[in-house]
Amino acid sequence: MKQIFTLAYKLLVSDRGKYTALLVGTTFSVFLIVQMTSAFAGILTKASATVINVGAKIWVMDSAATNTVFGSIPMPDYVLDAVRSINGVKYAEPLYVGSALLKLHDGTYQSATVIGLDDTTLLGRPELLEGNIDDIFAENGFIAVKDEEFPKLENPKIGTEFELNDNRGVIVGIAKVPTGALYGTPTLYTTYYRAIQYIPSMRFTISYILVAPKADSDIPYIKREVARLGYLAMTSQEFQSGISDYLKYKTGIGTNTLLMTVISFLVGLSITGQTFYTFIIENLEHFGALKAMGAKGRELVYLIIFQAGFTALVGYGLGIGLATVLISAAKLRLPEYASRVTFTNLGLAFLLVLIIASASGYAGVRRVLKIEPFDIFRG
Amino acid sequence: MAIMANKLTKWFGEGDARTYAVREASFEANWGEMLYIVGPSGSGKTTLLSMISGILRPNSGSVSIDGRNLWSLSDDDIADFRLNTIGFVFQDFHLFPRLTTAENVAVPLILQKRSWQEALRAASRCLEIVGLADKAALPPTRLSGGEQQRVAIARAIVHQPEILIFDEPTASLDGETGRKIVSFVKSEILTAERCIIIVTHDSRIFEFSNRIMEMEDGRIAGFEQGVACEA
Repeated sequence: MKQIFTLAYKLLVSDRGKYTALLVGTTFSVFLIVQMTSAFAGILTKASATVINVGAKIWVMDSAATNTVFGSIPMPDYVLDAVRSINGVKYAEPLYVGSALLKLHDGTYQSATVIGLDDTTLLGRPELLEGNIDDIFAENGFIAVKDEEFPKLENPKIGTEFELNDNRGVIVGIAKVPTGALYGTPTLYTTYYRAIQYIPSMRFTISYILVAPKADSDIPYIKREVARLGYLAMTSQEFQSGISDYLKYKTGIGTNTLLMTVISFLVGLSITGQTFYTFIIENLEHFGALKAMGAKGRELVYLIIFQAGFTALVGYGLGIGLATVLISAAKLRLPEYASRVTFTNLGLAFLLVLIIASASGYAGVRRVLKIEPFDIFRG
Repeated sequence: MAIMANKLTKWFGEGDARTYAVREASFEANWGEMLYIVGPSGSGKTTLLSMISGILRPNSGSVSIDGRNLWSLSDDDIADFRLNTIGFVFQDFHLFPRLTTAENVAVPLILQKRSWQEALRAASRCLEIVGLADKAALPPTRLSGGEQQRVAIARAIVHQPEILIFDEPTASLDGETGRKIVSFVKSEILTAERCIIIVTHDSRIFEFSNRIMEMEDGRIAGFEQGVACEA
């Protein structure tokens, strides 16, 4: 069969005009699909930034507030005590997540996300690039996260002062986190009690309870016991999935991405399908001649499948490469550019390009199988 | 005996629309013979040619090639028969315009699953036979009509078939070139172990035939000894 594939390859690539058009179609399609889905994956990842960065295994929250980290409904203190008393809980600590308006040194205002860590354990603290974690307990101490939004705080250094709801704040450390935030606001860490002192709060103040189980096998029991309290316990992965599902299915972002992906697929299908079909039609008499000479129908099918598959694979590679170059270039210019190429995206693009190749090949195969060698004699 | 056709009949359409293309055609062709099938358009020449070369299944009758009953074979075996036993030269040549001349000639060997290197070596030898060794690397579109015809002949003989089928070999050529080509086929390609069947309208090439079979309205109207035989 290698000989037939070589013949198929020669017939395909020697028609440079058609081959180029085929590659442009598949490459463009893959590029758009990967570009769109990667942007969406980037948005989903950044939307779960706090969950990823804090890194707790189990998050306890009000069951009505699972869409975004910032949509939490504060819980009373007794819930913390109740969770701590559940068998299988190694430890449980409160977390505050809120937003505040900062007045920077130059007088401009900037909103920021404030995360309040449990004063005793500092559970969920970020990795420091500069400063000492103990300084978070110093008067008005805040730690700034050096992510894409960091410049919005005027690139603060240790000792930089600002006002937060008319309270003085001082940067005592610079931290890094695995994932930057989606919503375009810089992030500050401080202690739980300072956060609820500086930021106006309701009667209840605990945004989330971070739980560490004694063993993974305890997680289902903990979830059941938390549910009996009238609250919801989710693993970090479940919480991220919940946030993703919210963006996918309950906002226009998912619909738009899906729409653009489908359009990209259809663009690729129409360009590649039409060009490949034209390629087959133009070569139909040659396929008929091959059949007359003794080529079997299935050999011609293999020949066409190889041509469609080869085009798809080359186009796939070029499309992935082009998308990667563009995303990398965009990230150089726009650090906060939300785009992430995942294996799922690559798999989806591969699946769609296979469908494009199959549909294109199928149309060609139908025509080639229908041609009779007798037609070659009849002219 | 190379080919024995027995009461071959082929019709198209059914009921009132049924049209007979060939009716009870019986003939024999021998090894070392160059047999012409002639007749006006619509007389059934091409249909008969297709039936004896394993391309078109007859409605009745049989074809025996070197003692084998062709139409009793399976479709795959018939395809293999065409690939191994018959060399075709089509009226419009049907060369791949974007393959080189040598690659075009090598195609039957590629279909036989021979390696490309071996096929191209054999193709080069055949191009030498037809006098086009220096054109091996060119695409057929860069060749004249006569040269393309010779490439088609090289392709038809590259796999050493026992039977060669030519469909209107001079239709696309001027008179002089047509005569040269057929003369070349007669002198260089026809051997005692080979049978050549040519369908043609062109009376200018009749002089090279051993025998001429005339067809009319789907029936074999008669045989004539060719000029070559008389000579």
